[in-house]
Amino acid sequence: MMGNVTLLEFLSAGQPVVDHRPFPRFRLDGRAWRAMIEQMAAAEWSVMALWGEPDEVHVALRDEETGDIAVASHPCPEHRFHSLARARPSAIRLERAVHDLWGLAPLGAEDRRPWLDHGRWPQRHPLAAHPLPPAEQPHVYDFLAAEGHGLHQIPVGPVHAGIIEPGHFRFHAQGETVVRLEERLGYVHKGVAGLLAGKTIDQAARIVGRISGDATVSYALAFARAVEAATGCEVPPRAHWLRALMAELERIANHIFDMGAICNDAAFAIMLSHMGVLRERILRANDTMFGHRLLMDCVRPGGIVRDLGPEGLHLLPLLLRTLRKDFNRAVTLYNETPSLLDRTTGTGIVTASLAHRFGAGGVVGRASGRAHDCRRSPGYPPYDDLDMAVIEALDGDVNARVEVRIAEVRASLLLISQMLADLPKGPVSVALPQVAGEGMAVAESFRGEVVVWVRIGEGGVVERCHAHDPSWFQWPLLEAAIEGNIVADFPLCNKSFNCSYSGHDQ
Amino acid sequence: MIPPIARMLFRHLVKGPHTLRAVPPPDPDGSEELARALGERVRERLGRSLSIRAVDAGSCNGCELEIHAVNAPVYDLERFGIRFVASPRHADVLLVTGPVTVNMAEALRRTFEATPSPKWVVALGDCGRDGGCFAGSYAVVGGVDRVLPVDLHIPGCPPAPKQILAGLLALLDSVAAK
Repeated sequence: MMGNVTLLEFLSAGQPVVDHRPFPRFRLDGRAWRAMIEQMAAAEWSVMALWGEPDEVHVALRDEETGDIAVASHPCPEHRFHSLARARPSAIRLERAVHDLWGLAPLGAEDRRPWLDHGRWPQRHPLAAHPLPPAEQPHVYDFLAAEGHGLHQIPVGPVHAGIIEPGHFRFHAQGETVVRLEERLGYVHKGVAGLLAGKTIDQAARIVGRISGDATVSYALAFARAVEAATGCEVPPRAHWLRALMAELERIANHIFDMGAICNDAAFAIMLSHMGVLRERILRANDTMFGHRLLMDCVRPGGIVRDLGPEGLHLLPLLLRTLRKDFNRAVTLYNETPSLLDRTTGTGIVTASLAHRFGAGGVVGRASGRAHDCRRSPGYPPYDDLDMAVIEALDGDVNARVEVRIAEVRASLLLISQMLADLPKGPVSVALPQVAGEGMAVAESFRGEVVVWVRIGEGGVVERCHAHDPSWFQWPLLEAAIEGNIVADFPLCNKSFNCSYSGHDQ
Repeated sequence: MIPPIARMLFRHLVKGPHTLRAVPPPDPDGSEELARALGERVRERLGRSLSIRAVDAGSCNGCELEIHAVNAPVYDLERFGIRFVASPRHADVLLVTGPVTVNMAEALRRTFEATPSPKWVVALGDCGRDGGCFAGSYAVVGGVDRVLPVDLHIPGCPPAPKQILAGLLALLDSVAAK
């Protein structure tokens, strides 16, 4: 392949798959798949998600120049496919997971260690057409070595000291300085992809809303939009706006609590208390307005479950006012406490080149100069009707990630004010057509871009569904961010990323 | 110039803590009474000290968020002498969330073994009872009682802070009855 080919031009050489909406999907044979990998070395196509089926591997790609999104599928009846990992390091862990779950082996991949599979499941390759008998004993994970005088290892987890999710971190340290951090995840793998196959849309929505409970609205939204795309369902405008309202409330609640927790890990506990109070106000308002504190099961395919009543319309402006006032106080406190800034500035730097190479989104990417926000590109309603800037910072340190969060909370507060002013009237849900089809959708969670792909069969049953968490492209950067920092700053760095364990492992 | 932290601390001194302000008196939903009852039980039965170790054995992180909420100033669990500790070796109670995943079962068992007796296990959330919507997966063992002896189950998806307070109260009652 020569020259500057766009993603869609390139893939259109493959066989288009009908009934895949709104983004096209193309089936590539072995040669075209390899050509695509070669082309990726030169082209600016980033991996959005990579997943399997018993005899096929799929990769969702975004052309960073044109903004186009497409899915490339490669049938592999021999259960092997050429690895993307050399062109895109972000695919390494995804391919290891595809091998663990579906038994499709990435050819040419250097890292062949199992990822989600700890050798404990009742079957190997549990989602393959023919799963293998279980491993004889749990795998001993072969951590990468670090050699040198005076190096020591610090194993941490899976059960951590705080009230957080489980995962294992292996530090190689020299004195206080971290030489290498390696993550081992997969502890909270719940087999979601397996569970979703064969479920009704309602049952599946309930499970998808619990892939990562803190981002439940965004997952439910991505799933609902994927199902609506697959079935050709048109959602009433008011539902779009109220979904976005919930998504922004979720973003604010998580961002402010993260900001509190980051400061707490820099031994500045008053911020956590202050933010805990603000967060509680939002959760109580959520409960009053939509009937659930975390807004679980409030967004469903076809619309939303409960309309915003007069009580909510009365409550929201009051909530916005007190949030704005108290949040500004907290920001002043942050900006005018030098001992705190001393801990966050220059700590845990992620370079812009790494953020781009891994296609990292969310706060992590935007704090390192990768200004991607899927509310803007590809965009979805109602954000096209709202004033919204994509926040960006360049320093890539803990402080930059705090600043991006601060700016995003302010932006979300503004968005909610706009939504309140222009909220359309009308119904908030429609019945889903009972038709088969394939759909894909993205939604910007507080962590970044959630991707959901779904295939609906006859009779409204979910045949296959895959959900991709933004943390896949952020966890590897944490390993890079901590290098050369002191061990005691790890909680600070980790919290400033706040990657999902459950969303990643699912 | 007065530093902002001084202003904030002064405001709390003058206006009182959030804990009292945020629970609406005379409290239509009963959480104030609940909180008071919980405080009294802890004092009389455990001498003002109950240490909890939270273990996520596979949860979606929803239950953890609500545990954070009972810990935050509005509910402020620590005012009753109930606190979350960093090690199972310091704990009286293991508060376990999630459907227990196959990959976490051993870690959970080891955490239990590391906890000194007498000890109690509380399963938090609907997943902790029977695996919830994740039951039946190849990667999920099921409820917490498939791995550990459970003394109490707090329902909810996730349980609201009020339910968590009520659950801990019930645990203290059952501790006394033993």
